[in-house]
Amino acid sequence: MRIACPFCGERENGEFTYLGDAKPQRPAMVALDAGVGASGEQEAFYDYVYLRDNVAGEMSEYWYHGGGCRSWLVVQRNTMTHEISSVKAAAGTGAAAVKASARS
Amino acid sequence: MKYSIFSLARAALSGHRNWSRTWRDPQPKSHYDVVIIGGGGHGLATAYFLAHTYGIRNVAVLEKGWIGSGNAGRNTTIIRSNYMLPGNTGFYELSMKLWERMEQDLNYNTMVSQRGIVNLYHSDAQRDAFARRGNVMRINGIDAELLDQAQIRRMMPFLNFENARFPIQGGLWQPRGGTARHDAVVWGYAHAADKYGVDIIQNCEVTGFTHDQNGKITGVETSRGKIGAGKVGMAVAGSSSRVAAMAGLRLPIESHVLQAFVSEAIKPLLPGVVTFGAGHFYVSQSDKGGLVFGGDLDGYNSYAQRGNMPVMEDVCEGGMALMPMIGRVRLLRQWGGIMDMSMDGTPIIDRTPVDGLYLNAGWCYGGFKATPGSGLVFAQLLATDTPHEEAKRFRLDRFQRGAMIDEKGQGAQPNLH
Amino acid sequence: MTVYQPNRLDKGGLIDRSTPLDFTFDGKHLTGFAGDTLASALVANGVTLVGRSFKYHRPRGILTAGSEEPNALVELRSGNRREANTKATTTELYYGLEAQSQNRWPSLAFDVMSVNQLFSPIFVAGFYYKTFMWPAKFWEKLYEPAIRRAAGLGRPSGLADPDHYEKAWAHCDVLVVGSGASGLAAALAAGRTGARTILAEEDSRAGGRLLSDQGEIDGVSARDWVEGALAELASLPNVRLMTRTAVFGVYDGGTYGALERVNDHVPVPPRHQVRQRLWRIVAKRCVVAAGAVERPIVFSGNDRPGVMMASAVRTYIDRFAARPGRNLAVFANNDDAWKTVEAAHRAGIGIAAVVDVRKELTQAQRTLAQAAGFPVLNGVIHDVHGGAKGVSGIEVQLASGKRETIAADCLAMSGGWNPAVGLSSHHRGRPKWREDIAAFVPGDDIPAGMVVAGAANGAFSLDACLREGHEAGAAAAAGSGGRKAAGNAAVAANPDDALSIAPVWHVEGKHKAFVDFQHDVTASDVALAQREGFESVEHLKRYTTLGMATDQGKNSNVTGLAIMAEVSGRSIPQTGTTIYRPPQVPVAIGALAGHNRDEKFHAARQAPSNHWAAERGAPFVDTGLWKRAQWYPLPGENDWLTSVNREVVTVRNGVGFCDVSTLGKIDVMGPDAGTFLDRVYINLFSTLAVGKARYGLMLRDDGIVMDDGTTSRLAEDHYFMTTTTAKAGPVMQYLEYCRQVLWPELDVQLTSCTDQWATFSVAGPKSRDLLRNIVDPAEDLSNEGFPFMGVREVPLRGGMYARLFRISFSGEMAFEISVPARYGDALARNLMIAGEPFGVIPYGTEALGVMRIEKGHVAGPELNGTTTADDLGLGKMASKKKDFVGRVMATREALVAPDRQVVVGIKPVDKARRLRSGAHIIPKGAIVGPDTDQGYVTSVCHSPMLGQWVGLGLVERGRERFGEIVRAHDPLRGEDYDVEICNPVFYDPEGGRQRG
Repeated sequence: MRIACPFCGERENGEFTYLGDAKPQRPAMVALDAGVGASGEQEAFYDYVYLRDNVAGEMSEYWYHGGGCRSWLVVQRNTMTHEISSVKAAAGTGAAAVKASARS
Repeated sequence: MKYSIFSLARAALSGHRNWSRTWRDPQPKSHYDVVIIGGGGHGLATAYFLAHTYGIRNVAVLEKGWIGSGNAGRNTTIIRSNYMLPGNTGFYELSMKLWERMEQDLNYNTMVSQRGIVNLYHSDAQRDAFARRGNVMRINGIDAELLDQAQIRRMMPFLNFENARFPIQGGLWQPRGGTARHDAVVWGYAHAADKYGVDIIQNCEVTGFTHDQNGKITGVETSRGKIGAGKVGMAVAGSSSRVAAMAGLRLPIESHVLQAFVSEAIKPLLPGVVTFGAGHFYVSQSDKGGLVFGGDLDGYNSYAQRGNMPVMEDVCEGGMALMPMIGRVRLLRQWGGIMDMSMDGTPIIDRTPVDGLYLNAGWCYGGFKATPGSGLVFAQLLATDTPHEEAKRFRLDRFQRGAMIDEKGQGAQPNLH
Repeated sequence: MTVYQPNRLDKGGLIDRSTPLDFTFDGKHLTGFAGDTLASALVANGVTLVGRSFKYHRPRGILTAGSEEPNALVELRSGNRREANTKATTTELYYGLEAQSQNRWPSLAFDVMSVNQLFSPIFVAGFYYKTFMWPAKFWEKLYEPAIRRAAGLGRPSGLADPDHYEKAWAHCDVLVVGSGASGLAAALAAGRTGARTILAEEDSRAGGRLLSDQGEIDGVSARDWVEGALAELASLPNVRLMTRTAVFGVYDGGTYGALERVNDHVPVPPRHQVRQRLWRIVAKRCVVAAGAVERPIVFSGNDRPGVMMASAVRTYIDRFAARPGRNLAVFANNDDAWKTVEAAHRAGIGIAAVVDVRKELTQAQRTLAQAAGFPVLNGVIHDVHGGAKGVSGIEVQLASGKRETIAADCLAMSGGWNPAVGLSSHHRGRPKWREDIAAFVPGDDIPAGMVVAGAANGAFSLDACLREGHEAGAAAAAGSGGRKAAGNAAVAANPDDALSIAPVWHVEGKHKAFVDFQHDVTASDVALAQREGFESVEHLKRYTTLGMATDQGKNSNVTGLAIMAEVSGRSIPQTGTTIYRPPQVPVAIGALAGHNRDEKFHAARQAPSNHWAAERGAPFVDTGLWKRAQWYPLPGENDWLTSVNREVVTVRNGVGFCDVSTLGKIDVMGPDAGTFLDRVYINLFSTLAVGKARYGLMLRDDGIVMDDGTTSRLAEDHYFMTTTTAKAGPVMQYLEYCRQVLWPELDVQLTSCTDQWATFSVAGPKSRDLLRNIVDPAEDLSNEGFPFMGVREVPLRGGMYARLFRISFSGEMAFEISVPARYGDALARNLMIAGEPFGVIPYGTEALGVMRIEKGHVAGPELNGTTTADDLGLGKMASKKKDFVGRVMATREALVAPDRQVVVGIKPVDKARRLRSGAHIIPKGAIVGPDTDQGYVTSVCHSPMLGQWVGLGLVERGRERFGEIVRAHDPLRGEDYDVEICNPVFYDPEGGRQRG
């Protein structure tokens, strides 16, 4: 498999480390004075940490170019054929919108 | 006809023209008490135990291709019960005990061969981890021995003891571990279940579920029409998420590709199963003579049933590091299976939130060795709605409760289990 | 000692008669010529019996002339270079070649195991599934060992492979696989456009079937055209011809695996050269011109030595000038086999008869039969007469109903051709059936970027091969890097050379008729499989082992499924094919490993002072990839414990130092660095004062502890994080994930600097005194001037700067001093000099471990990926003022259950007793079992300070049980003894020593 790192060019997949589906969004960090132990907090994390669509087909997923530029990438790849249709930098794709109060 | 050397000799006289089908090829009936989705080892074993142990014989096993076409026919055939966490230890030993009587139970030679399995260690830390594990095994009444380097050398003098990057210090040895002929396990369960009247229906792909007004599952839609069912059991590892999605479920499972490899046949070389502790490589030798070996997942989600070169090279590097005598032995074939990787490396056998639908999934690396045990405990769950004592921790809600069974301690990262 | 070659033709062949090569087969001295394969040399020497089959140990000869050979397998070379199952047909002859036949005892001619043939009525497909079941114990002891001994083929050397292998990458626009007519045409077309082109050919010379077949291209002989084409390719700088290179696999993204046999054609690779080279060829386009494989017909006696593929007979005659027989019979269902008749006739070989299943002959065929005076019989072969040494005659079943026996010493058979669809099916594409040529051709779902041309695509005429090759090469070049014109396609003299074929798969006969030669699968085995319900081709393969031999089914797969189609009443396309998998040809495992073996299996990371430590005789321990000094023995110290005890005592009473450079080090910089660390650590770091260090704990999102370490604040916007040695890489990757993916809004940068700093822990009550001899005297190192957990950059005597951290893992007053890694060695030497007045010693990882256990610090064995902060006794560190990774999931019910196993101290009641890691904790008086297993010992050491073995453990409700006596149960080592659960901090629990 060849992944076209937007910073380094096309490289063999052995240079990269896989994380998984890029769709789940990490629930935002919260300010602890506002809503700690809020109901649904654990359910939201259960969904994020454990449940997967496990797509058979086109899937966007995280790869880390540890053998190159150390960038996290979002790779659009077909899990049935391994064909890659796009690769881009993963800036800020993984977390739910940060609430202003979370900036400590 | 009962299989034995005598029936074989009699058949030889008539040119083997009298053998009948190993299992029938029935048309699906309109309704079964239990429908099992998936004609792999687990599905067929479940049907066998439903019929044999729980007296439920109006059972169909639906297979979208040919039986054994999934992971049952693509694994590296190893059986062992060297697990250390509560939940796993007892279950895999239950399975091991069923392996030990399988041929007699099924009247089919599945070539269960207890030539032993050794997990090598290369550091004090690994030795300590194996001591912890081996002691758990012993406490559970399972055979285990901690061997030192001299004992390993006597057992396998051809390993690299001279100039290894990570010298072998010893190993954890389970004498009752070994291998079985994977296809024969499928055929043996099919043969035995069929004798009890279980319908094994090949080329029958499940395309959906039917429900009553309360949402209870009433059957399945298939490429061969609707089939009604009192209960439906899923045993479709590799495709669990896809089938569960038809019932509206999301699972804590990812599908990954695991490659395996076999060499050309050579004269007997390896006594049992060996796993390398300093690289991704494990190997046994089949009765035909091929070295059957593998390593780790390719590491990315895949349903393609094939892998790539980095892992093939990594595995062969491990092989050469461990036994540099295999340099001139040739790799004959490589293949890939779809691994149902759960979020803690441990299977799920449980009822689902959907009434009437039962789940057997997430087998990770343990699927083949679990076959008979999985069949028995899943059959009990389907028959009685209560989990088997040895499978009570394989719950679907354990991730919500924080009761993960994580042998490798890798957390919710399936490709690291 | 040149030996006469009775079956060598007087002239012709691509062999060098001026270079005779002596070799041995089963110890017998024989001679061939340069240019021969082992198989052609054996043919020339009149050797017909070369091996024994897998199951029945039937005598077998040479069947083919290529890499599809199922029978002529030998053990090549000897000693540690002995190589089992080597195909004689692809082994280039070299001087001194040694080959042994295999799977026979005591000799090839007299093989005891051929007794298996007597049992063949019982040994049918799958017989072993029906028997050997009683008694159960006999399987491992009796049945299986016997089966294993009989199975297998060649013997592996059993010795380490002495040769080297390497791996290489190649990149091109167009990869052409195969250098026959289509491949050469494709390479010429692509090469002329300027596209970067690689032409890979598995044979030692390019040309493919053109080396064996007659023909005329562009007005010259085929062989001359090959020479011309090669000359043109050589003149193109953008074209690379790689002979002896087999493309074996198609992987994702246009990556092709190929094996180059660099030095298999010489006795031993020259010094500093590799035996084989693994290529990863990345190609934008690929033209597969891999040709086709002629298939056998299944009839009684088709496996006798002396029965050979018709194309192979032609190859031996025309390419190698070797005569497979003197009186040749031919059995065919197609025109191609008649080329063999022509070749044999031209070479002066007698033609006994041609048996053709087709009634109609061409004018040319009739003319040839008349001119040569041989009978053409319309019929099939009923049986083959002869023995282990060869064929004596054939029994023909004529279409008229009569039988006729004809004397012959060689039978050439041709059942048609199977296009090589392997590579084009490696992405699980399914080949499609073409009725007109009775063969599978590549389907529509071949790998992206690939095009198949010529015989591999079912185009069997020379003209079509040249045309398809040219078009494919031009198209591939146009789609990748080609800019210029592809020129004109070459043209064959006889454009209407299409294949006429009347498919015949299986002929009923008297005796066994083989489908898979090596695995002894017969036509009746296929029928039996069908009867028993193994109708799917995959079931057929698995039940009978059809196609699973070293020829990978190249001879047998299509024929087997065609017979299955026949007996099950389905069509061939309905029956379908099995899945084609890499490698297309078997590949040596050594080649796939390359240089990564022995000490070079993985890189070794050396800590900065390792060279110096080695001078002092320190043994090294592997920690991940790192090599770390374990202890530093003094003269007279003969066991490790003596040295380690001394090191611990010296540090606790004086001073010692230890290289801790292997800890992961990460610079965390930027205005939001504090916020960032607050999120990844459970405790607060934004409040840490500049010039201070703090111990931090990180969780995973599932609430389990990921890693720990000390992080210092060097400046308002600069933190310096340390991680454990084991987790340095994963933590860096994780932090980058947080920074790039989760919180890009934070203005923070991360840089791994593990390799940039040499760090030594200088520990012990005299550590400050020692450092005063190293650090610039103007620096205040006093408790007030440099308090516990203080950090700052300090000038050293001599002017260079170091980072100094007052942190302690040992529990003593201690500092960590960091200098640029290249000064690590010098620093170690200077610490020895500066510390001499204080009796300084270096200490290794063992003493480090002893002191951390004495202090109850957790490490790898406790941070095992399943423990929570509270399990480790660190739950109170969690800040309540801020959110952090893992906070939410750490509160799940099972993770906060009161009966969790938590870290405690463990010490044997009998102080003389050794404690061992991995022992389990069982309450006193309880029956040992899974329900009473309450935990285990995680880490142990011999504490010289306490004068006994002590350890840490994870024990159920452990913190409530200090003082309780329990059993340490260790059945693996036959031990069971009483231990006390205690506070994990064994030494200086108040912590006064480290605060100085």
